[in-house]
Amino acid sequence: MPSANLLLQSLAAGVFIGALYGLIGLGLSLGWGLLKQINLAHFAWVFLSAYLTYEFKSRLNVDPLISLLILIPAFAVIAILVQWLLASFAITPFNSLMATFGLAVSVEALIQLFWSADFRRMPSQYEDMKFHLGGVIVTYSEAITMLIALLASFGVWWVLSKTDTGKCIRASAEDADMARAFGINASKLSLGLAGVCGALAACAGVSVALTFTLAPSQIFAWIGVIFAVVMMGKLASPWAPLVAGLVIGISESMTMAITAPSWAPLVSFSLLIVILLMRRSHG
Amino acid sequence: MDNSRAGLGPSWAWLILIAILAGWPFLGMPNHLESLLYVVFFWITLATSWNLMSGYSGYFSFGHGAFFGVGMYGMSTFAGKFGFGFWPSAFLSGICASILALALGALVFRLKKIRGESFALITLAVTFVLATLIVNTPIDGGPGVYLMGVQVPLLGPSPSSSFYLLGFFMVVASVWSSRALFYSQSGLGLLAIHDDEDVAEVHGVPTFGLKMKAFALSGFFAGLMGSIHALYVSYVTVSETFSITVPLTVVLMSILGGARQWAGPMLGAVLITFLLNAFTEGTSALYGRILIGVILTLSVLIMPEGLLGTWQAKQRKRNLQNKRTLSVDHDAVDHKGEQPSSTHDLNLRDLRLELTHAQNQAVQSASSVTQSDADGSESSTVVLELNGLCKYFAGIKALDGVHLNLRKGEILGLLGPNGSGKSTLINVVTGHLTPTAGSIKLLGQECAGQPAHLIRRIGVSRTYQIPRPFKGLTVLQNVLLSAQFGAHSISDKQAHQLALEWIEFTGLSAKKDDYPDELNLHQRKFLELARALAAQPAVIMLDEVLSGLTPSEIDTAVQTIRLIRSQGTSIVFVEHVMSAVMALSDRLVVLDQGRVIASGAPQDVMSQDVVVKAYLGDQSGVI
Repeated sequence: MPSANLLLQSLAAGVFIGALYGLIGLGLSLGWGLLKQINLAHFAWVFLSAYLTYEFKSRLNVDPLISLLILIPAFAVIAILVQWLLASFAITPFNSLMATFGLAVSVEALIQLFWSADFRRMPSQYEDMKFHLGGVIVTYSEAITMLIALLASFGVWWVLSKTDTGKCIRASAEDADMARAFGINASKLSLGLAGVCGALAACAGVSVALTFTLAPSQIFAWIGVIFAVVMMGKLASPWAPLVAGLVIGISESMTMAITAPSWAPLVSFSLLIVILLMRRSHG
Repeated sequence: MDNSRAGLGPSWAWLILIAILAGWPFLGMPNHLESLLYVVFFWITLATSWNLMSGYSGYFSFGHGAFFGVGMYGMSTFAGKFGFGFWPSAFLSGICASILALALGALVFRLKKIRGESFALITLAVTFVLATLIVNTPIDGGPGVYLMGVQVPLLGPSPSSSFYLLGFFMVVASVWSSRALFYSQSGLGLLAIHDDEDVAEVHGVPTFGLKMKAFALSGFFAGLMGSIHALYVSYVTVSETFSITVPLTVVLMSILGGARQWAGPMLGAVLITFLLNAFTEGTSALYGRILIGVILTLSVLIMPEGLLGTWQAKQRKRNLQNKRTLSVDHDAVDHKGEQPSSTHDLNLRDLRLELTHAQNQAVQSASSVTQSDADGSESSTVVLELNGLCKYFAGIKALDGVHLNLRKGEILGLLGPNGSGKSTLINVVTGHLTPTAGSIKLLGQECAGQPAHLIRRIGVSRTYQIPRPFKGLTVLQNVLLSAQFGAHSISDKQAHQLALEWIEFTGLSAKKDDYPDELNLHQRKFLELARALAAQPAVIMLDEVLSGLTPSEIDTAVQTIRLIRSQGTSIVFVEHVMSAVMALSDRLVVLDQGRVIASGAPQDVMSQDVVVKAYLGDQSGVI
């Protein structure tokens, strides 16, 4: 049995990776719940953003937080273009999964073309700067990830429940035709929403670059656990992905600490299976 | 079969192709070509085995890697560790994969919420759980397993030709099975599950059983192929075996070729394997991957039905145009055919007599049991008897102790304001919903709690108010499905004839090869009717068949309903068109808030105060 201090440190690691799971899951969950798209390209945008952050830092020495300002609008535009393409075809949620998977494959190959299949690790001062929090060592990278995740969830919550735009978005997700009949421009809203998902992917990418070693194949390695996070809570809920991410992140890191790291996937995927079986049917 | 499900080319052409491919290695085939073709065969087998369950039924599994992986590790364990020979190890691996499929199916196939994306996710999750278990146990243990020591049977002149021949055998076996399934009654059932699983079940398709069978077969072929592939690669690792590549590639191949076609996955597999093979060196492999991604995206967007599906739709359109321009005479015949024939030929009667013999016996035995009615009126045979039937939805009493009898050959009008429980009654009697309490006796057999497809076979069928035809099946196939699955035992020929007779009866002969989307509302309603009748039910429940029809269409429909009754079928008739209700019904039952508030002869019932109140509210007397 590992020592209490080690367990506490594992718990903290679980919390921070959970926040990242939640951040990635949030964009996916919004697209799934409100645009009725299972957007696998989201993972591709996250890692493309991470690689760009890495590139800016290692080549031009741009601070990752500055990159964020460039990447957010850039990925919003990319996501809007993709949404525009998908929206011009009548597409079922399942076919959206296949179509965006195609995009993800292309982007993965593209990343490999530019950065090779080797592992890349971004040198960062945030990784070296640490502070103590109740006996746990926290790096600035982790703290930044946590902060971005909290801000993103809060922002989404505020827009969806406090603004008229949010109400229009929720209305058109419920019944797009009816919303149109009430004068809501549903297609414009979908484009905007896709842009938000793209911006969230950009944020998540910066966080990934801050805390992880990058490899192109990682795009697909994350799909399973993020799906578990998204399915665990209610779709398109602003806080559910974060909470679910924390639950899965903590349970994974505790499994790693107590048994071996190779057992970790068992926890998240068993959880996903149980959630899918226990969940109440929607509609 | 009709042309929409016809095969590709004559079968002798396929036989010659098979003979050439099987004989080629013995005539000297280059080794590298043998290896390349083995890879093609490998993907055809995996894609076809995936498709015969997932493509046909619409349950897109992302767990094909799990079955494939069980096959890989089955071979490494049975042959590598236990020292079994090649053949028993391969067979056992296939069986293990099948068992995994059955276990997973037993867990999820009864749950309505595990469809579509949920099914894809849960099968993917099972793959990763399995991978984690294998990498952490002695089956693998982490570093992977070498299989150099296992003897591969020498089937051809060289080792690579052995793999070629094994792969080719797998292709023939899996594609042949998939094709046979496609053209069988079960295949039609799976395609119906794809379109509307609930309706399929109500029309007699044993959905759970069919899905289990197809999934087990799918797993078996994937497992068998995996076991052969383990020896081909001779080094098995968890990360390679259970990666997301296998499930995604097979889905991609099937969708590209056409997932609702038996030959679709084969076409997709050949195209993609050769495409990938064209880019193998370093960076060009990456360009290949980029290209494949783009192709996948565009093909899903532009051709959701796949290459073969799109091609067939085009062919059909062309044929249809040719047919239309061919003759004007034909049109005249068509119009004649649209009127329901009051004197349909003897053939149909004969067939009916033959088929309903068993049912009549059941009716007779039932009559001896239930001689006395609750009403005490006419003592004719009761075919359907509801006693204290209740259905609650979280506290809402949709049906609250309904008693009701239906006699043989009777038309029972079921009335009630909106939300009074009429539709729930039909849903409960046909088995779509399980009653909370009470009993449903159909021809003397207790039906409450039975699966819908069994209730259908005992002898009740229904129509839907808003027609719910199987959109991917032609009119003929829609009706054929009912004829095949509605009866206990019926030959394909009999079912086919029966379907054609009922299509003629409902005036849809000219439309038999059309798809439901190409029919107007009136025709769709008659398709509902033909589908319900083709199962030879003792009781038919008509849910607002007249709503939305024009007055002349209503007249036709009323005549048709009379004809149906004249053949001894009992009818429960839910309708808001009062003139038709009063003209047709022998007896009326009025429901309000889930209870029977009145029953009896139409004129008497309609003049009762409670009925007037239920429809118009308490104020009606004042006004």
